[in-house]
Amino acid sequence: MLSVKNLEVVYNDVILVLRGVSLTVPRGQIVALLGANGAGKTTLLRALSGLLDIHDGRITKGEILLGDRPIHGWDAPKIVAAGLGQVLEGRRVFGEFTVEENLRVGGHTRRGSLTDSIDEIYTLFPVLKERRKRTAGYLSGGEQQMLAMGRALVAQPDVILLDEPSLGLAPRIVQQIKDIVVQINEERGTTVLLVEQNATMALSIAQHGYVMEHGKIVMDQPAAALLEDDDIRDFYLGRGELATSYRDIKHYKRRKRWLS
Amino acid sequence: MNQFAQAILNGFSQGAIYALLALGYVMIYKATHVISFAQPALMVCGGLFSYHLTAQIGLPFWPGLLLAMILGALLGMAVERLALRPMVGKPVFTLAIITIGVDIVLRIAANRYMGANPRIVTFPDGSRQYEFLGLSITHQRVALIAVTAITVVALVMFFRYAKAGLAMRATALNQETALAQGIRVGAIFALAWAIAGGLATIAGTFVAAGSAGMEQNTWIIALKALPAIIIGGLDSLPGAVIGGLAVGIVESLTAVYQPDVAPFLGANFALVAPYALMFLVLLVRPYGLFGTREVERV
Repeated sequence: MLSVKNLEVVYNDVILVLRGVSLTVPRGQIVALLGANGAGKTTLLRALSGLLDIHDGRITKGEILLGDRPIHGWDAPKIVAAGLGQVLEGRRVFGEFTVEENLRVGGHTRRGSLTDSIDEIYTLFPVLKERRKRTAGYLSGGEQQMLAMGRALVAQPDVILLDEPSLGLAPRIVQQIKDIVVQINEERGTTVLLVEQNATMALSIAQHGYVMEHGKIVMDQPAAALLEDDDIRDFYLGRGELATSYRDIKHYKRRKRWLS
Repeated sequence: MNQFAQAILNGFSQGAIYALLALGYVMIYKATHVISFAQPALMVCGGLFSYHLTAQIGLPFWPGLLLAMILGALLGMAVERLALRPMVGKPVFTLAIITIGVDIVLRIAANRYMGANPRIVTFPDGSRQYEFLGLSITHQRVALIAVTAITVVALVMFFRYAKAGLAMRATALNQETALAQGIRVGAIFALAWAIAGGLATIAGTFVAAGSAGMEQNTWIIALKALPAIIIGGLDSLPGAVIGGLAVGIVESLTAVYQPDVAPFLGANFALVAPYALMFLVLLVRPYGLFGTREVERV
C-alpha cells in the first residue's frame, strides 16, 4: 500500500505545485489519477519516486508511506530498491541500447541473475522477445511503451507508477496497453497508480479514481462513480452534449472549475 | 621499406600511450558528457606515483604500477567528489572549465614534487631490444602494447557484460531515466573517474619509463589524446584506441618523411600532424570514425 498525506511540493523554492495532496493506493489495486495538463500529476509521481531534486523541487510538507515505511526524503535508487517502480512519461527507453540491454538496466537494483525475470517480461510482451536484439530507439511507439513498462517490471516492484502510458498511441495500441496493465495487476499482483489524460481508459480498469486540479485533489471516488459523474463526463470523458449547459456557467464556476 | 616499417612500429607504440589517455577521456565523456581537461594532470601524477613507489620506496615495477593505479584511481575519484559532484546538473561547459582548473592545481603540486630533474621509472630490462625482420623494439614498448591490449579488452567486456558498465552507458544516455531504474548516478561518475585515473596512471608510468622520463612539460603529451578521441568519436572505446594509434603512427611517419618530402612545411611539423589528421576526419565524418549518431526515429 502506498499512501500520501498532505504533500506539499515546491519548485525552485518559490513555485508551489502540490498544495496538500493526499491519496491512498491500496495493495493490489489499480488507482487512476486524472487531471488536466499542469495539475501536478507528474510532480506527484516525481515526489513518489524521489526524482524531485534533479528538477530543483523539494517536498516541504507531508509524508509518503510505502507500506509503513516513510519514503519521502529517500533518493531514487533506494526507493526503487524498496519496490516502487516508475515508468516515466514519454517512455524514455534508452534509444541506443538493444531491447535486452534496456531490460537489463531495469533490473539494476536486483541481485543475481536477471534471466528469469527478463523471460517473464518476454512472456508478457512476446513482441519484445522478437525484437530483443534490435535497437530500442527504432521500435514503434507502442513497442517502446511496452519496453518501458517491461523495464520497470524487471525490478519486480510491488507498486508501479505509470505516467501516461497511452500518450501519443493509436487507439488499438492503447487498448492493448490497457489489457497489459490489467494483466500485470492480476497476474503479478502489482499495485498500479495510473496517471492518465485518457480518462475513459483509466477509469475503465481502475477501482478507484482521484481527480487533481491546481495541485489539489478535488475529487476522490470509486471509478464507477466517477464514470457516472456529470462533471467528469463533461470535462474528461466527453459525450457530445454537456450535462450542465453553458447557460448556467456561473453555477458551474461556483461549484468547481474543471478546466484550467 | 625497413625505415617505413620501423616508423610504423614506433608510432604504434607511442600511439598506445595516446590510446590509454584517450580511453580515459572517453570513459569520463561516456558517463558524464564532460570532456575532462584534467587528464594530463592525472597522467603526470600517475607517473609520479609509480616513480615514488618504485624509485623511492623500492617496489619492483609491476607491483609498483598496480599500487600506483589504485592511487591514480583514488585521485580521480577525489577530483570528481571534490570539484565536480557539487556541480552536478550545471552545464557541461562549466564542468569542462572546472577540469582545466583542477588540471592546473594538480600539475603545480606535481611540479613542486618533480623540481628540475626528470623523474625516470626504471623498467626491468627496459632498454633490451627485441629484433626481428630488421626491426627493433624495446622490452618496455612491448610491455606497453601488451598492457594496452589487455586494458582495452577488459574495458570492452566491462561495458558489454558488467552491470556497472551497462549502468554507466545508461547514465550517459539519460540521467533521470537512469535514476528511475535505481542506478546511483553519483557512484557511476565516481567509477568513471576512477577508471580514467587508473588509465592515466598506466600511460604516465610508461611515459616516465621512456627515455625522457617525466618532466615539467611532459604533460603536453596528454593533449595529443584530444585529436585521438575526436578522430575516433568521443564516445567510442574502439574509436579511442584506433584514434590513439592513428595519431601515434601519423606523427611518427611525418617525423621521418616530412623533412624530405615536404620541407616547405617547416621543422617539427610532426607535432601538428595529428591535428591536421583530425581536421580531415572531421570534414568527412563529423561524429568521428566510430562516434554514435543519435538514434532518431523518422
